[in-house]
Amino acid sequence: MNAALIAMLAIIRREMLRFVGQRSRFLAALVRPLVWLVVFAAGFRAALGLSIMPPYQTYITYEVYIIPGLCGMIQLFNGMQSSLSLVYDQEMGSMRLLLTSPLPRWWLLFSKLVAGVCVSLLQVYAFLIIAALFGITFPVFGYFLILPFLILSGLMLGALGMLLSSTIKQLENFAGVMNFVIFPMFFMSTALYPLWKMAESSQILSTICAWNPFSHAVELIRFALYGQVNMIALSVVVATFVVFMWASVIGYDPARGMMRKKAR
Amino acid sequence: MRALAILLLTAMPLQADEVWVTNEKDDTVSVIDIETLEVTRTLEVGQRPRGITFSKDYSRLYICASDSDAVQVMDPITGKILHELPSGEDPEQFVLHPDDTHLYIANEDDAITTVVDTKTRRVIAQIDVGIEPEGMAVSPDGKIAITTSETTNMAHWINTETQEIYANTLVDQRPRHAEFAKNGTELWVSAEIGGTISIFDVASQAETAKINFAIKGVHQDRIQPVGFRLNADNTRAFVALGPSNHIAVVDAQTYEVLEYILVGRRVWHMAFNADETKLFTTNGISGDVTVIDTTTLKALKSIKVGRYPWGAAFRPTTQ
Repeated sequence: MNAALIAMLAIIRREMLRFVGQRSRFLAALVRPLVWLVVFAAGFRAALGLSIMPPYQTYITYEVYIIPGLCGMIQLFNGMQSSLSLVYDQEMGSMRLLLTSPLPRWWLLFSKLVAGVCVSLLQVYAFLIIAALFGITFPVFGYFLILPFLILSGLMLGALGMLLSSTIKQLENFAGVMNFVIFPMFFMSTALYPLWKMAESSQILSTICAWNPFSHAVELIRFALYGQVNMIALSVVVATFVVFMWASVIGYDPARGMMRKKAR
Repeated sequence: MRALAILLLTAMPLQADEVWVTNEKDDTVSVIDIETLEVTRTLEVGQRPRGITFSKDYSRLYICASDSDAVQVMDPITGKILHELPSGEDPEQFVLHPDDTHLYIANEDDAITTVVDTKTRRVIAQIDVGIEPEGMAVSPDGKIAITTSETTNMAHWINTETQEIYANTLVDQRPRHAEFAKNGTELWVSAEIGGTISIFDVASQAETAKINFAIKGVHQDRIQPVGFRLNADNTRAFVALGPSNHIAVVDAQTYEVLEYILVGRRVWHMAFNADETKLFTTNGISGDVTVIDTTTLKALKSIKVGRYPWGAAFRPTTQ
Protein backbone atom coordinates (compact mmCIF):
# COMPACT_ATOMS: atom_id res chain seq x y z
CA MET A 1 0.00 0.00 0.00
CA ASN A 2 1.04 3.52 -0.68
CA ALA A 3 3.02 5.02 2.22
CA ALA A 4 0.88 8.17 2.20
CA LEU A 5 -2.27 6.09 2.53
CA ILE A 6 -0.77 3.99 5.31
CA ALA A 7 0.05 7.17 7.19
CA MET A 8 -3.48 8.50 6.71
CA LEU A 9 -5.05 5.26 7.90
CA ALA A 10 -2.76 5.24 10.93
CA ILE A 11 -3.77 8.77 11.81
CA ILE A 12 -7.47 7.92 11.35
CA ARG A 13 -7.03 4.82 13.51
CA ARG A 14 -5.35 6.82 16.23
CA GLU A 15 -8.14 9.43 16.17
CA MET A 16 -10.80 6.71 16.28
CA LEU A 17 -9.09 4.93 19.18
CA ARG A 18 -8.85 8.18 21.04
CA PHE A 19 -12.55 8.85 20.35
CA VAL A 20 -13.64 5.36 21.41
CA GLY A 21 -11.52 5.67 24.52
CA GLN A 22 -13.24 8.91 25.46
CA ARG A 23 -16.78 7.70 25.93
CA SER A 24 -17.75 10.90 27.68
CA ARG A 25 -16.73 12.87 24.59
CA PHE A 26 -19.14 10.87 22.43
CA LEU A 27 -21.87 11.34 24.99
CA ALA A 28 -21.20 15.07 25.22
CA ALA A 29 -21.20 15.34 21.43
CA LEU A 30 -24.68 13.80 21.34
CA VAL A 31 -26.17 15.41 24.42
CA ARG A 32 -25.29 18.94 23.27
CA PRO A 33 -27.45 18.95 20.10
CA LEU A 34 -30.14 16.86 21.79
CA VAL A 35 -30.53 19.45 24.54
CA TRP A 36 -30.99 22.07 21.83
CA LEU A 37 -33.50 19.90 20.02
CA VAL A 38 -35.59 18.91 23.01
CA VAL A 39 -35.44 22.04 25.17
CA PHE A 40 -34.68 24.92 22.85
CA ALA A 41 -36.73 23.80 19.86
CA ALA A 42 -39.77 23.07 22.02
CA GLY A 43 -39.63 26.54 23.56
CA PHE A 44 -39.15 28.36 20.29
CA ARG A 45 -41.59 26.36 18.26
CA ALA A 46 -44.19 29.11 18.14
CA ALA A 47 -41.70 31.97 18.00
CA LEU A 48 -40.26 31.08 14.61
CA GLY A 49 -43.44 31.82 12.71
CA LEU A 50 -44.20 30.31 9.39
CA SER A 51 -42.73 30.79 5.98
CA ILE A 52 -41.84 28.51 3.15
CA MET A 53 -38.32 28.79 1.79
CA PRO A 54 -36.10 26.52 -0.27
CA PRO A 55 -35.40 23.64 0.07
CA TYR A 56 -38.71 23.21 1.91
CA GLN A 57 -41.84 22.74 -0.19
CA THR A 58 -44.26 23.24 2.64
CA TYR A 59 -44.46 24.42 6.25
CA ILE A 60 -42.13 22.76 8.73
CA THR A 61 -41.83 22.70 12.48
CA TYR A 62 -38.88 24.36 14.18
CA GLU A 63 -37.50 20.97 15.18
CA VAL A 64 -37.20 20.05 11.52
CA TYR A 65 -35.59 23.40 10.73
CA ILE A 66 -32.77 23.18 13.26
CA ILE A 67 -31.64 19.60 12.56
CA PRO A 68 -29.16 20.61 9.79
CA GLY A 69 -27.88 23.39 12.05
CA LEU A 70 -27.35 20.91 14.87
CA CYS A 71 -25.52 18.54 12.50
CA GLY A 72 -23.33 21.54 11.66
CA MET A 73 -22.87 22.24 15.36
CA ILE A 74 -21.65 18.69 15.96
CA GLN A 75 -19.13 19.13 13.17
CA LEU A 76 -18.08 22.57 14.39
CA PHE A 77 -17.38 21.35 17.92
CA ASN A 78 -15.73 18.20 16.65
CA GLY A 79 -13.62 20.09 14.13
CA MET A 80 -12.38 22.43 16.83
CA GLN A 81 -11.83 19.67 19.37
CA SER A 82 -10.01 17.39 16.97
CA SER A 83 -7.76 20.11 15.62
CA LEU A 84 -7.11 21.56 19.02
CA SER A 85 -5.92 18.17 20.14
CA LEU A 86 -2.95 19.08 17.95
CA VAL A 87 -2.05 21.59 20.64
CA TYR A 88 -2.05 18.72 23.13
CA ASP A 89 0.07 16.69 20.72
CA GLN A 90 2.47 19.59 20.54
CA GLU A 91 2.73 19.71 24.30
CA MET A 92 3.18 15.95 24.61
CA GLY A 93 5.72 15.68 21.82
CA SER A 94 3.74 13.30 19.59
CA MET A 95 3.37 16.12 17.09
CA ARG A 96 7.12 16.29 16.63
CA LEU A 97 7.17 12.58 15.96
CA LEU A 98 4.46 12.96 13.35
CA LEU A 99 6.08 15.85 11.58
CA THR A 100 9.43 14.08 11.32
CA SER A 101 7.80 11.68 8.86
CA PRO A 102 9.19 12.04 5.31
CA LEU A 103 5.68 12.61 3.97
CA PRO A 104 4.71 16.15 3.04
CA ARG A 105 3.41 18.24 5.91
CA TRP A 106 0.20 19.18 4.11
CA TRP A 107 -0.62 15.49 3.67
CA LEU A 108 -0.14 14.80 7.36
CA LEU A 109 -2.32 17.72 8.30
CA PHE A 110 -4.95 16.71 5.74
CA SER A 111 -4.91 13.15 7.12
CA LYS A 112 -5.51 14.59 10.57
CA LEU A 113 -8.51 16.49 9.18
CA VAL A 114 -9.91 13.37 7.50
CA ALA A 115 -9.56 11.51 10.79
CA GLY A 116 -11.55 14.24 12.54
CA VAL A 117 -14.24 14.13 9.85
CA CYS A 118 -14.62 10.36 10.30
CA VAL A 119 -15.33 10.91 13.98
CA SER A 120 -17.81 13.70 13.24
CA LEU A 121 -19.67 11.51 10.73
CA LEU A 122 -20.25 8.91 13.43
CA GLN A 123 -21.59 11.60 15.73
CA VAL A 124 -23.86 13.18 13.10
CA TYR A 125 -25.43 9.89 12.03
CA ALA A 126 -25.92 8.83 15.66
CA PHE A 127 -27.69 12.17 16.24
CA LEU A 128 -29.87 11.73 13.14
CA ILE A 129 -30.91 8.29 14.34
CA ILE A 130 -31.90 9.69 17.74
CA ALA A 131 -33.77 12.56 16.03
CA ALA A 132 -35.65 9.97 13.94
CA LEU A 133 -36.63 8.21 17.17
CA PHE A 134 -38.13 11.54 18.25
CA GLY A 135 -40.18 11.44 15.04
CA ILE A 136 -38.10 13.95 13.08
CA THR A 137 -37.37 12.23 9.81
CA PHE A 138 -36.19 13.23 6.33
CA PRO A 139 -36.50 11.59 2.91
CA VAL A 140 -34.49 8.34 2.96
CA PHE A 141 -32.25 9.41 0.06
CA GLY A 142 -31.39 12.55 2.04
CA TYR A 143 -29.53 10.50 4.65
CA PHE A 144 -27.24 9.13 1.94
CA LEU A 145 -26.90 12.30 -0.06
CA ILE A 146 -25.67 14.36 2.89
CA LEU A 147 -22.61 12.13 3.30
CA PRO A 148 -20.30 13.83 0.73
CA PHE A 149 -21.45 17.25 1.93
CA LEU A 150 -20.89 16.32 5.57
CA ILE A 151 -17.35 15.31 4.60
CA LEU A 152 -16.83 18.67 2.90
CA SER A 153 -18.26 20.75 5.73
CA GLY A 154 -16.34 18.65 8.26
CA LEU A 155 -13.10 19.28 6.37
CA MET A 156 -13.79 23.02 6.20
CA LEU A 157 -14.58 23.33 9.90
CA GLY A 158 -11.65 21.08 10.82
CA ALA A 159 -9.32 23.20 8.69
CA LEU A 160 -10.52 26.30 10.53
CA GLY A 161 -9.77 24.58 13.82
CA MET A 162 -6.35 23.59 12.55
CA LEU A 163 -5.61 27.15 11.52
CA LEU A 164 -6.56 28.33 14.99
CA SER A 165 -4.57 25.56 16.66
CA SER A 166 -1.45 26.74 14.82
CA THR A 167 -1.76 30.03 16.69
CA ILE A 168 -2.54 28.61 20.13
CA LYS A 169 0.27 27.96 22.56
CA GLN A 170 -1.52 26.10 25.30
CA LEU A 171 -4.54 23.90 25.62
CA GLU A 172 -5.97 26.28 28.22
CA ASN A 173 -6.65 28.78 25.46
CA PHE A 174 -9.47 26.56 24.20
CA ALA A 175 -11.91 28.60 26.29
CA GLY A 176 -10.99 31.62 24.20
CA VAL A 177 -11.74 29.69 21.04
CA MET A 178 -15.12 28.72 22.49
CA ASN A 179 -15.98 32.34 23.24
CA PHE A 180 -14.59 34.03 20.19
CA VAL A 181 -14.99 31.43 17.46
CA ILE A 182 -17.43 28.61 18.14
CA PHE A 183 -20.25 30.58 19.77
CA PRO A 184 -20.24 33.57 17.38
CA MET A 185 -20.00 31.22 14.41
CA PHE A 186 -22.91 29.14 15.66
CA PHE A 187 -25.22 31.91 16.81
CA MET A 188 -24.56 34.21 13.87
CA SER A 189 -25.51 31.61 11.31
CA THR A 190 -28.60 30.09 9.73
CA ALA A 191 -28.36 27.13 12.11
CA LEU A 192 -30.99 28.44 14.51
CA TYR A 193 -32.92 30.99 12.46
CA PRO A 194 -33.43 31.52 8.76
CA LEU A 195 -31.94 34.66 7.21
CA TRP A 196 -35.33 36.35 6.80
CA LYS A 197 -35.93 35.99 10.53
CA MET A 198 -32.53 37.52 11.30
CA ALA A 199 -33.24 40.38 8.89
CA GLU A 200 -36.45 41.13 10.80
CA SER A 201 -34.44 41.97 13.92
CA SER A 202 -31.21 43.29 12.42
CA GLN A 203 -29.97 43.80 8.89
CA ILE A 204 -26.34 43.78 10.05
CA LEU A 205 -26.83 40.45 11.81
CA SER A 206 -28.46 39.04 8.70
CA THR A 207 -25.49 40.19 6.57
CA ILE A 208 -23.01 38.62 8.99
CA CYS A 209 -25.02 35.39 8.87
CA ALA A 210 -25.02 35.43 5.08
CA TRP A 211 -21.21 35.80 5.03
CA ASN A 212 -20.52 33.27 7.78
CA PRO A 213 -19.00 30.15 6.18
CA PHE A 214 -20.67 28.05 8.87
CA SER A 215 -24.07 29.21 7.50
CA HIS A 216 -23.07 27.82 4.14
CA ALA A 217 -22.02 24.52 5.68
CA VAL A 218 -25.44 24.31 7.36
CA GLU A 219 -27.30 25.21 4.16
CA LEU A 220 -25.28 22.66 2.22
CA ILE A 221 -26.45 19.96 4.67
CA ARG A 222 -30.03 21.33 4.71
CA PHE A 223 -30.43 21.21 0.92
CA ALA A 224 -28.72 17.81 0.64
CA LEU A 225 -31.20 16.34 3.14
CA TYR A 226 -33.90 17.05 0.53
CA GLY A 227 -31.87 15.80 -2.43
CA GLN A 228 -30.77 19.23 -3.62
CA VAL A 229 -27.37 20.85 -4.04
CA ASN A 230 -27.04 24.47 -3.00
CA MET A 231 -24.33 25.59 -5.43
CA ILE A 232 -23.52 28.84 -3.65
CA ALA A 233 -23.08 27.05 -0.33
CA LEU A 234 -20.99 24.36 -2.01
CA SER A 235 -18.69 26.93 -3.62
CA VAL A 236 -18.25 28.85 -0.37
CA VAL A 237 -17.51 25.71 1.64
CA VAL A 238 -14.97 24.43 -0.89
CA ALA A 239 -13.30 27.85 -1.23
CA THR A 240 -13.06 28.43 2.53
CA PHE A 241 -11.70 24.93 3.03
CA VAL A 242 -8.92 25.62 0.50
CA VAL A 243 -8.08 28.94 2.16
CA PHE A 244 -8.10 27.55 5.72
CA MET A 245 -6.10 24.50 4.67
CA TRP A 246 -3.53 26.60 2.84
CA ALA A 247 -3.22 28.98 5.80
CA SER A 248 -2.82 26.12 8.29
CA VAL A 249 -0.12 24.47 6.20
CA ILE A 250 1.74 27.79 6.32
CA GLY A 251 0.88 28.09 10.02
CA TYR A 252 2.49 24.71 10.71
CA ASP A 253 5.57 25.47 8.60
CA PRO A 254 8.40 25.89 11.13
CA ALA A 255 10.29 28.16 8.77
CA ARG A 256 7.50 30.60 7.98
CA GLY A 257 4.41 30.15 10.02
CA MET A 258 3.07 30.68 13.45
CA MET A 259 5.07 27.76 14.82
CA ARG A 260 8.16 29.93 14.74
CA LYS A 261 6.40 32.72 16.58
CA LYS A 262 5.05 30.26 19.10
CA ALA A 263 8.46 28.82 19.72
CA ARG A 264 9.79 32.21 20.73
CA MET B 1 -55.41 4.80 -40.07
CA ARG B 2 -54.98 3.09 -36.71
CA ALA B 3 -51.39 4.23 -36.50
CA LEU B 4 -52.54 7.78 -37.19
CA ALA B 5 -55.12 7.54 -34.41
CA ILE B 6 -52.48 6.31 -31.95
CA LEU B 7 -50.15 9.09 -33.07
CA LEU B 8 -52.87 11.68 -32.53
CA LEU B 9 -53.70 10.29 -29.13
CA THR B 10 -50.09 10.30 -27.96
CA ALA B 11 -49.57 13.80 -29.38
CA MET B 12 -52.43 15.15 -27.28
CA PRO B 13 -51.28 16.70 -24.02
CA LEU B 14 -52.09 14.53 -21.06
CA GLN B 15 -54.60 16.24 -18.87
CA ALA B 16 -54.35 15.53 -15.17
CA ASP B 17 -57.15 15.69 -12.64
CA GLU B 18 -57.73 19.01 -10.97
CA VAL B 19 -58.63 20.63 -7.67
CA TRP B 20 -60.64 23.83 -7.87
CA VAL B 21 -60.23 26.40 -5.10
CA THR B 22 -62.28 29.56 -4.43
CA ASN B 23 -60.27 32.65 -3.45
CA GLU B 24 -62.53 34.68 -1.17
CA LYS B 25 -60.63 37.99 -1.41
CA ASP B 26 -59.60 37.81 -5.08
CA ASP B 27 -63.01 36.91 -6.54
CA THR B 28 -61.33 34.13 -8.47
CA VAL B 29 -61.11 30.36 -8.67
CA SER B 30 -57.67 28.71 -8.92
CA VAL B 31 -57.34 25.41 -10.76
CA ILE B 32 -54.58 23.11 -9.52
CA ASP B 33 -53.17 20.32 -11.66
CA ILE B 34 -52.79 17.44 -9.19
CA GLU B 35 -49.90 15.82 -11.07
CA THR B 36 -47.63 18.85 -11.33
CA LEU B 37 -49.12 20.42 -8.17
CA GLU B 38 -49.20 23.79 -9.87
CA VAL B 39 -51.91 26.33 -10.61
CA THR B 40 -52.82 26.02 -14.27
CA ARG B 41 -55.72 28.46 -14.51
CA THR B 42 -57.14 31.35 -12.51
CA LEU B 43 -60.71 32.25 -13.41
CA GLU B 44 -62.69 35.37 -12.57
CA VAL B 45 -65.95 34.70 -10.74
CA GLY B 46 -68.50 36.67 -8.69
CA GLN B 47 -67.75 38.52 -5.48
CA ARG B 48 -66.45 36.67 -2.43
CA PRO B 49 -66.60 33.10 -3.73
CA ARG B 50 -66.79 30.55 -0.91
CA GLY B 51 -68.67 27.24 -1.26
CA ILE B 52 -67.79 25.24 -4.39
CA THR B 53 -69.08 21.93 -5.76
CA PHE B 54 -69.44 20.05 -9.04
CA SER B 55 -72.49 18.40 -10.57
CA LYS B 56 -72.42 14.59 -10.55
CA ASP B 57 -71.02 14.35 -14.09
CA TYR B 58 -68.61 17.23 -13.44
CA SER B 59 -70.02 19.18 -16.39
CA ARG B 60 -71.14 22.06 -14.18
CA LEU B 61 -69.41 23.89 -11.37
CA TYR B 62 -71.50 25.65 -8.74
CA ILE B 63 -69.92 28.55 -6.87
CA CYS B 64 -71.39 30.48 -3.93
CA ALA B 65 -70.59 34.09 -4.86
CA SER B 66 -71.56 35.39 -1.43
CA ASP B 67 -71.35 39.15 -2.03
CA SER B 68 -72.98 38.85 -5.46
CA ASP B 69 -75.92 37.13 -3.71
CA ALA B 70 -75.89 34.37 -6.31
CA VAL B 71 -74.83 30.84 -7.01
CA GLN B 72 -72.92 30.91 -10.26
CA VAL B 73 -72.89 28.00 -12.68
CA MET B 74 -69.68 27.57 -14.67
CA ASP B 75 -68.63 25.33 -17.53
CA PRO B 76 -65.36 23.91 -16.12
CA ILE B 77 -63.93 23.26 -19.57
CA THR B 78 -64.29 26.78 -20.95
CA GLY B 79 -64.21 28.51 -17.57
CA LYS B 80 -67.20 30.65 -18.62
CA ILE B 81 -70.06 31.50 -16.27
CA LEU B 82 -73.15 30.03 -17.93
CA HIS B 83 -75.79 31.55 -15.70
CA GLU B 84 -76.65 32.37 -12.13
CA LEU B 85 -79.09 30.66 -9.82
CA PRO B 86 -81.34 32.54 -7.42
CA SER B 87 -79.80 31.77 -4.06
CA GLY B 88 -81.18 34.17 -1.51
CA GLU B 89 -78.88 36.66 0.19
CA ASP B 90 -75.26 35.91 1.06
CA PRO B 91 -74.97 32.24 0.11
CA GLU B 92 -71.98 30.81 1.99
CA GLN B 93 -72.10 27.06 1.73
CA PHE B 94 -74.28 24.62 -0.12
CA VAL B 95 -74.68 20.96 -0.82
CA LEU B 96 -75.97 19.22 -3.92
CA HIS B 97 -78.73 16.66 -3.32
CA PRO B 98 -77.98 13.12 -4.61
CA ASP B 99 -80.69 13.75 -7.25
CA ASP B 100 -78.15 16.12 -8.85
CA THR B 101 -80.87 18.76 -9.14
CA HIS B 102 -81.59 20.37 -5.80
CA LEU B 103 -79.07 22.67 -4.17
CA TYR B 104 -79.46 23.33 -0.45
CA ILE B 105 -77.94 26.73 0.25
CA ALA B 106 -77.16 28.36 3.61
CA ASN B 107 -77.98 32.10 3.51
CA GLU B 108 -75.76 33.41 6.28
CA ASP B 109 -77.30 36.90 6.67
CA ASP B 110 -80.96 35.86 6.40
CA ALA B 111 -81.11 32.84 8.72
CA ILE B 112 -82.63 30.86 5.88
CA THR B 113 -81.83 27.68 3.98
CA THR B 114 -82.82 28.08 0.34
CA VAL B 115 -83.60 25.09 -1.86
CA VAL B 116 -83.00 25.75 -5.55
CA ASP B 117 -83.84 23.59 -8.54
CA THR B 118 -80.78 23.79 -10.77
CA LYS B 119 -82.73 22.69 -13.88
CA THR B 120 -85.67 25.10 -13.68
CA ARG B 121 -83.46 27.68 -11.91
CA ARG B 122 -86.20 28.39 -9.40
CA VAL B 123 -86.31 28.58 -5.65
CA ILE B 124 -88.56 25.78 -4.52
CA ALA B 125 -88.40 26.39 -0.77
CA GLN B 126 -86.98 28.69 1.86
CA ILE B 127 -86.68 27.22 5.32
CA ASP B 128 -86.24 29.35 8.43
CA VAL B 129 -83.28 28.11 10.42
CA GLY B 130 -81.11 29.47 13.23
CA ILE B 131 -78.95 32.61 13.05
CA GLU B 132 -75.97 32.53 10.66
CA PRO B 133 -76.54 29.21 8.95
CA GLU B 134 -73.39 27.74 7.44
CA GLY B 135 -72.76 23.99 7.47
CA MET B 136 -74.81 22.03 4.92
CA ALA B 137 -75.11 18.28 4.43
CA VAL B 138 -77.49 15.83 2.74
CA SER B 139 -77.79 12.17 3.73
CA PRO B 140 -76.68 9.62 1.09
CA ASP B 141 -80.32 8.52 0.55
CA GLY B 142 -81.29 12.16 0.08
CA LYS B 143 -84.03 12.08 2.70
CA ILE B 144 -82.41 14.40 5.26
CA ALA B 145 -80.71 17.76 4.83
CA ILE B 146 -78.78 19.41 7.65
CA THR B 147 -78.13 23.08 8.25
CA THR B 148 -75.93 24.18 11.14
CA SER B 149 -76.37 27.70 12.48
CA GLU B 150 -73.26 29.36 13.88
CA THR B 151 -74.90 31.67 16.41
CA THR B 152 -77.83 29.51 17.49
CA ASN B 153 -75.40 26.59 17.95
CA MET B 154 -77.79 24.06 16.45
CA ALA B 155 -78.01 21.43 13.78
CA HIS B 156 -81.39 21.66 12.03
CA TRP B 157 -82.73 18.41 10.56
CA ILE B 158 -84.76 19.01 7.38
CA ASN B 159 -87.08 16.49 5.77
CA THR B 160 -86.30 16.89 2.05
CA GLU B 161 -89.76 15.69 0.99
CA THR B 162 -91.69 18.28 2.96
CA GLN B 163 -88.78 20.79 3.09
CA GLU B 164 -89.55 21.29 6.78
CA ILE B 165 -87.43 21.03 9.91
CA TYR B 166 -88.36 17.96 11.91
CA ALA B 167 -85.68 18.16 14.62
CA ASN B 168 -83.14 20.52 16.13
CA THR B 169 -80.15 19.44 18.17
CA LEU B 170 -77.81 21.58 20.21
CA VAL B 171 -74.17 21.34 19.32
CA ASP B 172 -71.07 23.03 20.69
CA GLN B 173 -70.37 26.69 20.03
CA ARG B 174 -70.26 27.93 16.44
CA PRO B 175 -70.98 24.85 14.32
CA ARG B 176 -69.33 25.28 10.93
CA HIS B 177 -69.55 22.07 8.95
CA ALA B 178 -71.59 18.87 8.81
CA GLU B 179 -71.11 15.53 7.08
CA PHE B 180 -72.99 12.24 7.07
CA ALA B 181 -70.91 9.12 7.71
CA LYS B 182 -71.25 5.35 7.68
CA ASN B 183 -74.00 5.09 5.07
CA GLY B 184 -75.94 7.93 6.60
CA THR B 185 -76.23 6.42 10.08
CA GLU B 186 -73.99 9.03 11.69
CA LEU B 187 -73.87 12.81 11.46
CA TRP B 188 -70.65 14.66 12.27
CA VAL B 189 -70.77 18.37 13.14
CA SER B 190 -67.71 20.54 13.82
CA ALA B 191 -67.82 23.39 16.36
CA GLU B 192 -65.30 26.15 15.74
CA ILE B 193 -65.31 27.85 19.14
CA GLY B 194 -66.28 24.70 21.04
CA GLY B 195 -63.18 23.07 19.53
CA THR B 196 -64.94 19.75 19.02
CA ILE B 197 -66.64 17.46 16.56
CA SER B 198 -69.92 16.00 17.80
CA ILE B 199 -71.22 12.74 16.41
CA PHE B 200 -74.95 12.05 16.28
CA ASP B 201 -76.95 8.91 15.68
CA VAL B 202 -79.12 9.87 12.73
CA ALA B 203 -82.08 7.68 13.67
CA SER B 204 -82.45 9.13 17.18
CA GLN B 205 -80.62 12.47 16.67
CA ALA B 206 -78.83 11.71 19.92
CA GLU B 207 -75.20 12.64 20.47
CA THR B 208 -73.11 9.47 20.68
CA ALA B 209 -69.52 10.73 20.77
CA LYS B 210 -67.39 13.82 20.85
CA ILE B 211 -63.90 14.36 19.49
CA ASN B 212 -61.54 16.77 21.25
CA PHE B 213 -58.24 18.07 19.94
CA ALA B 214 -54.96 19.09 21.61
CA ILE B 215 -51.77 20.03 19.81
CA LYS B 216 -48.45 20.25 21.65
CA GLY B 217 -47.23 23.83 21.79
CA VAL B 218 -50.48 25.32 20.42
CA HIS B 219 -52.89 27.22 22.67
CA GLN B 220 -56.27 25.54 23.00
CA ASP B 221 -58.10 28.70 21.83
CA ARG B 222 -56.42 28.42 18.45
CA ILE B 223 -57.70 24.90 17.85
CA GLN B 224 -60.88 25.63 15.89
CA PRO B 225 -62.31 22.74 13.86
CA VAL B 226 -64.05 23.90 10.68
CA GLY B 227 -64.15 21.79 7.51
CA PHE B 228 -63.55 18.04 7.52
CA ARG B 229 -63.77 15.08 5.18
CA LEU B 230 -64.15 11.36 5.74
CA ASN B 231 -62.58 8.93 3.31
CA ALA B 232 -64.80 6.66 1.22
CA ASP B 233 -64.53 3.62 3.49
CA ASN B 234 -65.11 5.85 6.52
CA THR B 235 -62.00 4.70 8.36
CA ARG B 236 -60.40 8.11 8.68
CA ALA B 237 -61.50 11.70 8.97
CA PHE B 238 -59.32 14.71 8.21
CA VAL B 239 -60.26 17.80 10.21
CA ALA B 240 -59.13 21.37 9.45
CA LEU B 241 -58.26 23.08 12.74
CA GLY B 242 -58.35 26.72 11.57
CA PRO B 243 -55.76 29.08 13.13
CA SER B 244 -53.86 26.23 14.78
CA ASN B 245 -52.56 25.61 11.23
CA HIS B 246 -52.94 21.85 11.59
CA ILE B 247 -55.03 19.08 10.08
CA ALA B 248 -56.08 16.39 12.54
CA VAL B 249 -56.28 12.81 11.35
CA VAL B 250 -59.01 10.96 13.22
CA ASP B 251 -59.74 7.24 13.37
CA ALA B 252 -63.41 7.33 12.36
CA GLN B 253 -64.14 4.07 14.19
CA THR B 254 -62.61 4.83 17.58
CA TYR B 255 -62.85 8.66 17.27
CA GLU B 256 -59.24 8.95 18.41
CA VAL B 257 -56.91 11.53 16.93
CA LEU B 258 -54.04 9.70 15.25
CA GLU B 259 -51.89 12.57 14.02
CA TYR B 260 -51.65 16.33 13.56
CA ILE B 261 -50.17 17.61 10.31
CA LEU B 262 -48.74 21.10 9.98
CA VAL B 263 -50.22 23.05 7.05
CA GLY B 264 -50.56 26.75 6.12
CA ARG B 265 -52.22 29.46 8.18
CA ARG B 266 -55.93 29.26 9.06
CA VAL B 267 -56.90 26.05 7.33
CA TRP B 268 -60.63 25.72 6.64
CA HIS B 269 -61.66 23.29 3.95
CA MET B 270 -60.27 20.49 1.82
CA ALA B 271 -60.74 18.06 -1.07
CA PHE B 272 -59.44 14.57 -1.84
CA ASN B 273 -58.14 13.41 -5.22
CA ALA B 274 -59.81 10.47 -7.00
CA ASP B 275 -58.17 7.62 -5.09
CA GLU B 276 -57.94 9.65 -1.86
CA THR B 277 -54.16 9.35 -1.70
CA LYS B 278 -53.82 13.12 -1.58
CA LEU B 279 -55.67 15.77 0.35
CA PHE B 280 -55.70 19.46 -0.63
CA THR B 281 -56.32 21.93 2.20
CA THR B 282 -57.20 25.61 1.75
CA ASN B 283 -55.12 27.86 4.01
CA GLY B 284 -56.82 31.28 4.13
CA ILE B 285 -54.27 33.62 5.66
CA SER B 286 -51.18 32.19 4.01
CA GLY B 287 -53.01 32.10 0.67
CA ASP B 288 -51.99 28.61 -0.29
CA VAL B 289 -53.13 25.02 -0.59
CA THR B 290 -51.19 22.32 1.26
CA VAL B 291 -51.02 18.87 -0.32
CA ILE B 292 -51.00 15.98 2.15
CA ASP B 293 -50.04 12.40 1.41
CA THR B 294 -52.86 10.52 3.15
CA THR B 295 -50.81 7.32 3.40
CA THR B 296 -47.69 8.70 5.09
CA LEU B 297 -49.69 11.56 6.69
CA LYS B 298 -47.00 14.04 5.66
CA ALA B 299 -47.42 17.44 4.02
CA LEU B 300 -45.80 17.31 0.59
CA LYS B 301 -46.06 20.82 -0.77
CA SER B 302 -47.86 24.13 -0.31
CA ILE B 303 -49.06 25.75 -3.52
CA LYS B 304 -49.63 29.51 -3.73
CA VAL B 305 -53.13 30.35 -4.94
CA GLY B 306 -55.13 33.60 -4.62
CA ARG B 307 -55.88 35.59 -1.48
CA TYR B 308 -57.87 33.80 1.20
CA PRO B 309 -58.59 30.45 -0.40
CA TRP B 310 -61.83 29.07 1.08
CA GLY B 311 -63.48 26.04 -0.53
CA ALA B 312 -62.04 23.19 -2.60
CA ALA B 313 -63.58 20.67 -5.02
CA PHE B 314 -62.05 17.82 -7.01
CA ARG B 315 -62.62 17.37 -10.75
CA PRO B 316 -61.48 14.26 -12.63
CA THR B 317 -60.54 14.91 -16.24
CA THR B 318 -60.48 11.27 -17.29
CA GLN B 319 -63.75 9.52 -16.59
